[in-house]
Order: sequence, then structure tokens, then C-alpha cells
Amino acid sequence: MIHYLPILILFIVAVGFAVTNIGLSAILGRRKPTAEKLSPYECGINPVGSARERFSVKFYLIAMLFVIFDIEVVFLYPWAVAFKSLSLFGFIEMLIFLGILLICYFYIWKRGGLEWD
Amino acid sequence: MTNVSIMTFNILSILPILILSGFGMIVLLVDVLSSRRLGEKNLLAYISLIGIILAAIFARSPAGTTLFSFNESFAIDNYSLFFNFIFLLSTGLTILISHSYIKREEINHGEYYALILFSTIGMMLMAAGADLLNIFIGLEVMSISIYILTGFKRSKLISNEASLKYFLLGAFATGFLLYGISLVYGSTGAINLKQIASFIASKGGISDPVLLMGMGLIIIGLGFKVASVPFHAWVPDVYEGAPTAITAFMSVGPKAAGFAAFLRILITAFGSAHDEWQKIIYILAILTMTTGNVIAIAQTNIKRMLAYSSIAHAGYLLIALVSANDMGVSGTLFYMLAYTFMNIGAFAIVIVLSRKGDEFIQINDYAGLGFKHPLLALAMTLFMFSMAGVPPTAGFVGKFYIFSAAIKSGYIGLAVIGVINSVISVYYYLRITVIMYMKEPTREFAPLTISPLIVAAIAISVIGTLHLGIFPSKVMEIAQQATLMLK
Repeated sequence: MIHYLPILILFIVAVGFAVTNIGLSAILGRRKPTAEKLSPYECGINPVGSARERFSVKFYLIAMLFVIFDIEVVFLYPWAVAFKSLSLFGFIEMLIFLGILLICYFYIWKRGGLEWD
Repeated sequence: MTNVSIMTFNILSILPILILSGFGMIVLLVDVLSSRRLGEKNLLAYISLIGIILAAIFARSPAGTTLFSFNESFAIDNYSLFFNFIFLLSTGLTILISHSYIKREEINHGEYYALILFSTIGMMLMAAGADLLNIFIGLEVMSISIYILTGFKRSKLISNEASLKYFLLGAFATGFLLYGISLVYGSTGAINLKQIASFIASKGGISDPVLLMGMGLIIIGLGFKVASVPFHAWVPDVYEGAPTAITAFMSVGPKAAGFAAFLRILITAFGSAHDEWQKIIYILAILTMTTGNVIAIAQTNIKRMLAYSSIAHAGYLLIALVSANDMGVSGTLFYMLAYTFMNIGAFAIVIVLSRKGDEFIQINDYAGLGFKHPLLALAMTLFMFSMAGVPPTAGFVGKFYIFSAAIKSGYIGLAVIGVINSVISVYYYLRITVIMYMKEPTREFAPLTISPLIVAAIAISVIGTLHLGIFPSKVMEIAQQATLMLK
């Protein structure tokens, strides 16, 4: 358990830092609220409409496709590191894996999953 | 330079799964490459069927031994082969009954067949899982495909609702299962079933409350998948909303897979802690049987009635689990096979008689069927008799084995409750027969569109139900050999 002590200390320091700063600004800071100050802002620009808009479902599709092919790269990296010790077997395994994802890609493409409209 | 050891595996042991994966992908590719005409989709059903037959041919192992693969996490033995056969049979029958149904309901997409094949892969992984993690992965592969298939009638609200309910509750149950697995791992330091068993044996039973809780959570997770009361609330709505062919599939395949995992985990891993889980399953069995049978009486929709009947059948199978002797395990295997035939057969007839948009599925719609379509009514009567457990059908023999297993282990009270429940179930099963033969039709029967594939499915189910009922000994012998592998 002793190995986790630095994490506990960091946790206490982080929480203490936040609490101290917010507390100090609440106690010491001066407050003169005006309508302008209390309005929500978007990086200095006047807000345009509500932030709770509905996103097109197409974004979700793109996000899912991204995850699938992202995982592919995640698997490729350790394989590349251990490529020599895995030798021919690992190479063929990876080719099969990539082949399955290639079929997946081809299917998405043909199904029109990559078209925006 | 890192040193990586490659897991040894036997290509023969995973060949059926590889074949099904390959055919699933071929179905997807053929679907996107073929033109949009609906007629082309016949090909996909045939490709899937060829895949299933090939997988069944290559699903074999040297008799009486276990082929381990992937660090002993994957075991092919007579036990998993018996279940593989049930899965492949139910998948094959489902494809036979789906073919005309999905055309009529205009959900004839190639993904349908691919998802059924992928779901079967998950079931096979579950039955062959020799460690908890592998069983979990199989469960997820199976479930995710079925969540999608449940909502396959995209334009129908009821189908979407069923899919969402199933997904949310299923995800919850999966969470319970995983939490249970992590607690078991935390207290035993193993996910391999044999290692868990030797850990418990070395301690002389379960004394650790964490391990006990882990076991309980695993029972909850799997209890959800096999639809045991009180984890059954999703069943009626999901079964009613799903496409009828998928309802047939769901009530057989995942249930068999759930019991495959249940038996393996409870008997192989927690076998020496039998006293601990036997009480839980005992109560679950009584609740499941009684609730299923009593509520089924009140149903007017045949899909809902079959849903509650499927809950009741899970209860009978839990009796076999409680008795946990060789006869109980082989009885479960036999009953699951019998249930596959009679249940898919009954659903096939529901599909033949219903019309587009799931019309004509009230029980009263069957009035007069005995005169209008005598053969269909005869087949339906046979399936209903079999589910009620009337000799000489498969259902009778299955129930006989299960109840005698309970008596052999000394659970006479449980067997009596089981028999009483069978008597209750006779009421609603035979009511269909009575309505078919003794009532005047209330509505005009539409001309039936019967495809040869669905006729084949009904014929296979009829032959299976009768064969298992009249000559059960051969199949029972195979089931008994499979049972030996669990020890």
C-alpha cells in the first residue's frame, strides 16, 4: 500500500489547491453583478441559440467507424514492437486480422456508410 | 527484445467457429455486392445453411477427451459438442423459418443472416468456455447480435421498444455477471474453472463472503440470460416485439447457451460448494416454473403465451441444475434438444399462419384451423402435447429424465412441484388444441403462402419431436457421455 502514498498526497494537494483558490476568491473577491456579467458566454462572443442541439446521427456513425479502425491501430502497435519474436506466425495472424477489417471497410464503403448525404 | 510466447491452439477445435465467421463475412460481402433486387436474397439463406452444415460436419473431437486451446480457456469436449449441435440445429431451423417471414415483413436484409451466424459463434464460445472470461466474451458476442436482431423491424415501434428494453436490461445483467467474475477472480486468483474448483476444494468449501457474493452475482447474470424468475421481466415484451423468427431463435439458442455456461460454472468450478448454490437455484426453479405457467394461462397473444411457456421451461431445466447429478446434466442436454424441436416447430406454425405486420397471432384466431388446414393443426397439436409433456413425445421423455434426476438426488418436493406445474401447463397448451378443433372460425383464413423451406423446418421439428419421444435411448447415451466431461 505504501507505493500508493504519492497518489494520495497528490490527490490531497490537488483538492487543497482547488478549494483554497476558490475559497480565497469567494472571500476576498469583490462582486458587482450586472446582467452582462451573469450572461453565459462563448469565448467572448454573444451566445447564439441553445447549446442543447440535436446532432445528426451521421456523427455517431463516423465516431463508431473511427473506433473500429482506431482499435486496429492499437493492435498494430504492440505487434510491430514484438514483430521479430512473433515471426511468420504473427505476420499471418496480423494479415488475417487486417483482412477481416478490410472486409469490414469494404462493407461500410459499399453500404454507403462513408457518404455524408 | 521482448519475448512473446504464442498461445498454442488446436485448429480442429476452433474450426466450426472459423467456418461460421467466414460464412458470416461471405454473407455480408455477397449482400453488398449483389444488386438490390429482393430475389437475390434467397442465395444468402442457402449460403448460411451451407455454412451451418459445414460447421456441424467439422464439429468433432476425439471421443472422451478434451481439446484445450488458448491457455486452457477454450475446451472442446463431448459436452460442448452436444451443445454446439443444439446451437447449429436451432440456427439452421431459424434460417429455414426466417426465409419467407423476413420477405413478407420486408426486412429482407443480408445482415439478418450474418447476425444470426455471428450470434451462433457467441453461443459456441460460451459452451466451450473453460474460463470465466471466455464465457463472458461468448455471451457478449451472442447478445449484441440478438439485440440488433430484436429491433430488426426498424419501422415498427414495438420492435424498437423490445430491442431497447432487451439491450438496457441485458447490459445491466452483463454488468452483474462481470462484477461477479471480478469478485471470484479477486478471492480465488483464477478465472479458469478448474483452478477455481481446486481453490475451493483446498479451502474445503466457500467461507469467503466475497467469493460467495461473486458466485451469487454470476447466478444473477446467467439467470437473466436463461429468463428465470425474478430476472424474467424483459421476456414477454421482448418476445412479443421481436420478429417472430427471432423470437423462436431467442427462446432456444441463447437459453441453451445460458444453461451450457450455468452447468459448466456451477458444476465444474463450484461443484464442491454445491450446498451453497443449490438453495438459490432451488428457489429460482420453483418461482420460475410457477410464475411462467400461471401467467401463461391468462395470455391471449400466442407469442406472449409462448414467452411465458419458455420461462416455465427454464424452470424445469433449473430443477435439473439443482439435482446436479449425472442424470440431471444429461437430462438438461436432452431436454434442451427436445425443446429446440418443439419450440421452433410451434413458432414455425405461428409464422405460417400470421400475416404481414404480425397480424393473426391471437389464440382465438386459431379457431377452426383443424378443419381448414388439418396437417398444420396436427403438427401444432403435436408440439403443444410435447411441451405439455404428453407421451410419446420428446417433451415427456425430457421431463421424465429431469424429474427422476431430482428424485434421485432426494429433492422429492421439487419433483412434485414440477409435476404439478406440468399439470397446470396442460391447460393452456391444450386450450390451443381445443380452439383449433372444437370452435367455429371467427375470422376467415387467408390463403397461406408456404415456402418449401418452412415446410422442411416443420417436418424436421415433427420428426425430431417424435423420434426423441419414441427412441430416446440413443440420444440419451450421447448426452450421458457428454456429462462425464464436466467432472
